[in-house]
Amino acid sequence: MDNISTTIKTLVKKHGKKRESLLPVLQGIIKQENFLSEYAMVLVATELDISAAEVYGTASFYSFMNHKKGGKYIIRICKTITCSMKGKIQVLQAIEDMLKIKVGDTTPDGLFTLLETNCLGWCHKAPAMLINDEVYTSLTPERVREILSEYLTKNK
Amino acid sequence: MESYHLKRIDFIFKNENDWKDVLSRALASDKQLILNELMESELKGRGGAGFPTGLKWKLTADEKSDEKHIICNADEGEPGTFKDREILTQVPFKVLVGMAICGYVIGALKGFIYLRGEYTFLMPELEKAIKEFEYYCKEINFKFSIKIFLGSGAYICGEETALFESMEGKRGEPRNKPPFPTKNGYLGKPTVVNNVETLAHTYTIFKYGAKQFYDLGVQYSRGTKLFSVSGDTPKAGIYELELGMTLEQFVDDFGDGDTKAVQVGGASGFLVPRKLFSQTIIGFKGKLEGHSLPTGGSMMLFNSSRSMFNVLSNYLYFFHEESCGQCTPCRVGCQVLLNGINEVKKGERSTLYLDKLLQLTETMKQTAKCGLGQSVANSFSSIVENFKEEMIY
Repeated sequence: MDNISTTIKTLVKKHGKKRESLLPVLQGIIKQENFLSEYAMVLVATELDISAAEVYGTASFYSFMNHKKGGKYIIRICKTITCSMKGKIQVLQAIEDMLKIKVGDTTPDGLFTLLETNCLGWCHKAPAMLINDEVYTSLTPERVREILSEYLTKNK
Repeated sequence: MESYHLKRIDFIFKNENDWKDVLSRALASDKQLILNELMESELKGRGGAGFPTGLKWKLTADEKSDEKHIICNADEGEPGTFKDREILTQVPFKVLVGMAICGYVIGALKGFIYLRGEYTFLMPELEKAIKEFEYYCKEINFKFSIKIFLGSGAYICGEETALFESMEGKRGEPRNKPPFPTKNGYLGKPTVVNNVETLAHTYTIFKYGAKQFYDLGVQYSRGTKLFSVSGDTPKAGIYELELGMTLEQFVDDFGDGDTKAVQVGGASGFLVPRKLFSQTIIGFKGKLEGHSLPTGGSMMLFNSSRSMFNVLSNYLYFFHEESCGQCTPCRVGCQVLLNGINEVKKGERSTLYLDKLLQLTETMKQTAKCGLGQSVANSFSSIVENFKEEMIY
């Protein structure tokens, strides 16, 4: 049995073989794989005994359930009003310049994917971004360069 | 001139270490008395819709069912709102006890916290608190458990019926109402869905009695509310204030001296221009003088350097992305509105087209299936009507 099917079996065992477990199972896969492959979705469908179309239909509804292989670290920068007002564009520019990618892209080394997202709930400390589940607030171009450098050093 | 100061209140974030006593005391009281206390306090839902909490609990308690649920709505996605995260970080036990008391009153053995995916980092601490809480429940022989359900980045799942769909493992598409959740909620069972802040307030109300809460605020809008203040303000942050203040008082306290407009209630709320500050009251609809605006507590201030066109187009982009796509008025309407204001701005359409767009928002208000599609009209009409010249030039 390959890795992913073991993961899925474990997740289904943990959450139960019912429709209500679908989201927790998919979230569990993303936590480990960083994305949802078609293969994984078909396996989940088999395990939960629902159609693969149902799994895909549900997964594609949620913006955090990416089914394109992304980087190890997914950067989600908030683009909603307050962050936009407080310098999100400059911060985004700094990230794009440093990683040499645009929004939606993944760095060639597979380390970072850059995405925009809607309100993260840190408007009082705007602009804000998530790197995977980690929050970074009150960003400036300098600060974001420091943060990314730390990630880069960590992964050397 | 000395700047105006609204009275700060400290119910919610007050550090209290007696949650075990409060819970034990509630569980020893008569259910009807708890409901009475809650109704006397006139607490209304703090997520923004303002449904009387006591009535919601009573309706669910009155339902006959083998299974009921209490769900804490922590899918705080409204732009400009960030109070629920702080409540769950600083005083999680108030929320857990609120849920347990609700469970006791309505007859639910299971509680859920629907936590937005963006707040995943809260999980470890919150789970620790739940563990401690459940341990105590076991100790006093109270059968009640709480589980966290994580969202995955969909604003619409804050709508209670979309939230059920999401928890049931489906796309977060709102259901038709009626039937209401009090009758037919999660898994078709009677369900109470309360905002994080509402539950924290119930804790305070049980502990100190309804009177302390009721004595604050104004008629129809009793008690205090957490306000998430952001934008052009030197005092961005979370503040607990009495309901019933005018927007003028608020801006005198929190503005930067150059406030042009305030967005009350997030992207789905209303934009109030300076000329209406003095007649706008922050509270729920009632027979108040002037115009009263309910709010989930999002207050975004804009000063004269901000373009209202950019503000509106940012909101519309938000709605266009977050619309679940289920009903046509909202799915197509949001796109047409977004494209429409851009076309007018570029001069590709006559300025009269704005009136057509206003009519469209009116149609969306009447025909959209849920609150998201219906409320796009709020920000759209309040911005276009008050700042027409900024939309055109």
